[in-house]
Amino acid sequence: MSNSRERILNTLRNNLPTQRELPSLDEFTNQPSEGDVVARFIEVLRTIGGAVIEAPDLPTIAHYIAEHYTGKRVVSVVPGLESVTTQGLATDPHLLADVELAVLNTHFAVAENGACWITDVLVGDRALPFITQHLALIVQRSTIVPTMHAAYQKIGQSAQDFGTFIAGPSKTADIEQSLVLGAHGPKSMTVFVIG
Amino acid sequence: MNEQATFKDHATLADKFNADEPRVNWHDKTLWFIREKRDRAAWQLAEWETLRETASKIKDNVLSNLPTYLEQFEAQAKANGVTVHWAADAAEHNAIVHSIIKKQGVTRIVKSKSMLTEECHMNEYLAKQGIDVIDTDLGERIVQLAGEPPSHIVLPCIHWKKEEIGQLFHEHLGTPKGMADPQFLTAAAREHLRERFLTSPIAITGVNFAVAETGEVVVCTNEGNADLGVQLADVHIACMGIEKLIPQRQHLGVFLRLLTRSATGQPITTYSSHFRKPRVGQEMHIVLVDNGRSTRLGSDDFRNALKCIRCGACMNTCPVYRRSGGHSYHYAIAGPIGSILAPGLDMKKHADLPFASTLCGSCSNVCPVKIDIHDQLYKWRQVLAKEGHVSSTKKIGMQGMAAVLSRPGVYNIAGAAGRWFMKHLPFVVNNRLNPWYKQREMPAVPKQAFREWYKENRKK
Repeated sequence: MSNSRERILNTLRNNLPTQRELPSLDEFTNQPSEGDVVARFIEVLRTIGGAVIEAPDLPTIAHYIAEHYTGKRVVSVVPGLESVTTQGLATDPHLLADVELAVLNTHFAVAENGACWITDVLVGDRALPFITQHLALIVQRSTIVPTMHAAYQKIGQSAQDFGTFIAGPSKTADIEQSLVLGAHGPKSMTVFVIG
Repeated sequence: MNEQATFKDHATLADKFNADEPRVNWHDKTLWFIREKRDRAAWQLAEWETLRETASKIKDNVLSNLPTYLEQFEAQAKANGVTVHWAADAAEHNAIVHSIIKKQGVTRIVKSKSMLTEECHMNEYLAKQGIDVIDTDLGERIVQLAGEPPSHIVLPCIHWKKEEIGQLFHEHLGTPKGMADPQFLTAAAREHLRERFLTSPIAITGVNFAVAETGEVVVCTNEGNADLGVQLADVHIACMGIEKLIPQRQHLGVFLRLLTRSATGQPITTYSSHFRKPRVGQEMHIVLVDNGRSTRLGSDDFRNALKCIRCGACMNTCPVYRRSGGHSYHYAIAGPIGSILAPGLDMKKHADLPFASTLCGSCSNVCPVKIDIHDQLYKWRQVLAKEGHVSSTKKIGMQGMAAVLSRPGVYNIAGAAGRWFMKHLPFVVNNRLNPWYKQREMPAVPKQAFREWYKENRKK
């Protein structure tokens, strides 16, 4: 196997084309953001199947969840919103199979595509955002950035072990291009915009 | 099975697909609809063309530093606790994957979409070793249940009608007979596959982008099947071609903006997951596969095909793909991009593919990394002719055309003769021996050639 490594690298070195410089991304990163990024985020997320609720504070969210998920397993890993949890995390991710709603914090969100950035420090268990039947995310209004370029500037060199952009519920259009929400992951995604 | 004896070329397979005309029209329209969605998404960004140009330039830089980036990536990934494997070809890739599975002692695993594993025919290989690979992407699961390969890299069962999927699910998953509602069928597949996710200790994924700077791999799905598989498994195997490298994390901003807008017209996939380190107690493997890529790097004419990010935009726009279907390309990657990739692996077997094109150039116009696809199709034709891989019918036709077009006198006579025959004895040209008449009506014959008309009218 190490033979293949050397062979591949040698063939590549022998076949290397003329050196080409990396282009600058300044044009994209310095782009002034047009209009209201929060309004844009909400509009885009709704068009891709997400639900958005603008909430003044965490107690309002707690009230909403208690009202809508009565008698179901809810797991919240949001500091200050622990009260909605009915049965917490387990040591084995397979034991999360019956979670109806997972409530997570986000680092920030992106206006141009409705994506929310989450890393392993926010998820409790890496399987949680995917195995839950429904997903609720909390986005601070002030953290919304206009584009993916701004998003990666924000992520920078952070050394998260696992990170993911989530934009809307799990979906598929594999059967005759008919959009169906809830392919394998959450059937719905609700974003609470606060602050 | 004797592959030679059963081999059918693009034209023969397209004939089969074209036998059902309403179906061809439906297939054509469905893909054009996706092309239009791509246009609307692209037009929303004023900087779209600059993004394409930038992506293309980033890939130029990657290709001119590939060994360095691969070593950097490997070092970073290892530091992250990931095991990195190198495979020279498909056989070695399959053997590596098998050895990892064997060590775990399991016989059933889940896999999310990976065109590389299709290219390597990994599922078939593992099946022979007694390992059942469950494709978890809905479209891939549908074609897998039907015993077919995907017909499109992004939309694997775009050629299937919902009634047929309903029948397939009735047979395999026990859904009620006659049930063809996409919502209902998707829910049935969700239940069926969730059980597989919950019981598979190994998950294989493809890789959309691998970042040299950080050693992380990025996997994009709408369904969440890659994530669900990986996060419930003890072992994650990520398989990638060596060309998937990008230099730095910030470059993901460019590629993630382009990928899904080009593919389906969405602003981004639902999930864009960055796997840097396995979770505590989990094993993570990355298999780096060459399979002809390092050789292609040395070709000025065909190198750019290595820039491909597998969005499928060239297929959706291609008039030949839309009307001949993905399976007529008899290669893991269909359409224009497949037609320039396949001959690089086996020139003789795929000699027909570069001819499955009108050279209209629409593929190059939509390509998010600006691969000169139609130019490469044209260049492949010349290589194939030189190497003697062109059919005699085509060769005689071309020689005849060259003889006529290079002699104006002969051209005039031939033109007049052609018009006379088509008008008075159409069966001389419109018969089964002339492949141009298949699925095609010729226009009405003009009374005179343009040259004659011009001569008459110049003085007026």
